[in-house]
Amino acid sequence: MTSNAPQVAGQGVGIPYPLLLVAELSYVCPLHCPYCSNPTGILGTKRSTELKTDDWTRVFGEAGKLGVLQLALTGGEPLLRKDLEELCTAGRDAGMYSTLVTSALPNLTERLPGLQAAGLDHVQISIQHSNREESDRIGGAVSYDKKLEAARRVVELGMPLTINVVLHRDNLDDVGELIDLAASLGARRLELANTQYHGWATVNRAALLPTLEQVTRGEQVVNEKRAQYGSSLDILWVLPDIFEDLPKPCMGGWASDAIILDPTGRALPCQSAATIPDLEHLSVTEHSLFDIWFDSETFNRFRGTDWMQDPCQTCPLQRQHIDFGGCRCQALALTGDITATDPVCHLSPHHGALVAKREELLAVRDEDRPAYVYRTTSPARG
Amino acid sequence: MSDVHVPRLASGVRLHRDEVRARDVLLFPEGALVLNDTATQVLAFCDGVRTFDEVVAAVSELYGGADVRDDVAELLAGIRDQGLMDRDDE
Repeated sequence: MTSNAPQVAGQGVGIPYPLLLVAELSYVCPLHCPYCSNPTGILGTKRSTELKTDDWTRVFGEAGKLGVLQLALTGGEPLLRKDLEELCTAGRDAGMYSTLVTSALPNLTERLPGLQAAGLDHVQISIQHSNREESDRIGGAVSYDKKLEAARRVVELGMPLTINVVLHRDNLDDVGELIDLAASLGARRLELANTQYHGWATVNRAALLPTLEQVTRGEQVVNEKRAQYGSSLDILWVLPDIFEDLPKPCMGGWASDAIILDPTGRALPCQSAATIPDLEHLSVTEHSLFDIWFDSETFNRFRGTDWMQDPCQTCPLQRQHIDFGGCRCQALALTGDITATDPVCHLSPHHGALVAKREELLAVRDEDRPAYVYRTTSPARG
Repeated sequence: MSDVHVPRLASGVRLHRDEVRARDVLLFPEGALVLNDTATQVLAFCDGVRTFDEVVAAVSELYGGADVRDDVAELLAGIRDQGLMDRDDE
């Protein structure tokens, strides 16, 4: 969301209406990226547990009435849903602006005209590297040519195209070429997001963590390319938390903007929140989106500042309403305390442990880096 | 001083009535721009057919024939600077 996204107090006291619905339509994916932000618990996922067309259609209607303006159709791979066209129409009928977040496999090029006619507004395609062999190796599937073909088709059809690249040790040195590639494809936006260490990325952290020099050089290249391409290509650059000393706001603040729905219909304020053990996962098959957003304990749990402890509660930088204490999942993972300050913050008593972990990972020599553990839903592949 | 370029929303940008918040917005990839009433009125005339002059005339009529030319130009330029509008002459 841009900074000029509307912010209006809604139903509950001080609770704004949500702006974004992230619909994870299926956890199954033709790609096997080792940095996937999906939870590692997806192993053994059965497609028969996915929400049905009618459920999604009803929920999209509820989301529109709740004031949601942006709908992300994602996964896993949303193209695996045979009813994707119907879901695009349901999103359009509910008044939402829809984005398909996709690997482009198995058949985006073929389905694009139908998806556009059904109401899809915008397509976001992932690319893993500007080099075909490297891109296919990182994604764990032959996919590069199909991605480029689909990207060109999006532009031919007059739809806005975003390319997204998750950055890590094996592609940060490729940032300049990736930017040129996105520009040559006719993309209007390019998201360069350094890996955040959640989900499968945690498993692969030692293989994926870049060097500090790579991150610094990457940022320089981005600034040079921004000057070169100007307003024709909007380049977003997101630093990895682990190299920072002030936390990012989790999803713009816990349950302030977004609702994430997993393929079975469980609602959470952020994708990683499934790792928080005592958080109740309410399903849209049993509760209305309205009740989940305004009244559920899960969505209200870290709203506001009352739940915070020090140093957040008395933050000397007055950042309580800027970063909202940072990432809850990260605080839990690194301190064992869900209400602790995100240890990315240099004021956190646990910041030293994060720095030590970073130093340990940065000391791993190239030849000692572990092989990828590829993300999969299939226990057989494991 | 005539200006016959045709202003129009860029592809992938939509005007939307946000009923919940009782306001109009422009929707585009990953974002929304809140419009005031005047901006909504002006954009409603930017239908991809009317020229700039015709848009100005239509808006002027809403305001009892007032000279709105500079205001309309400034408003459209602001939206264009955000990449949300195109002109047919570039």
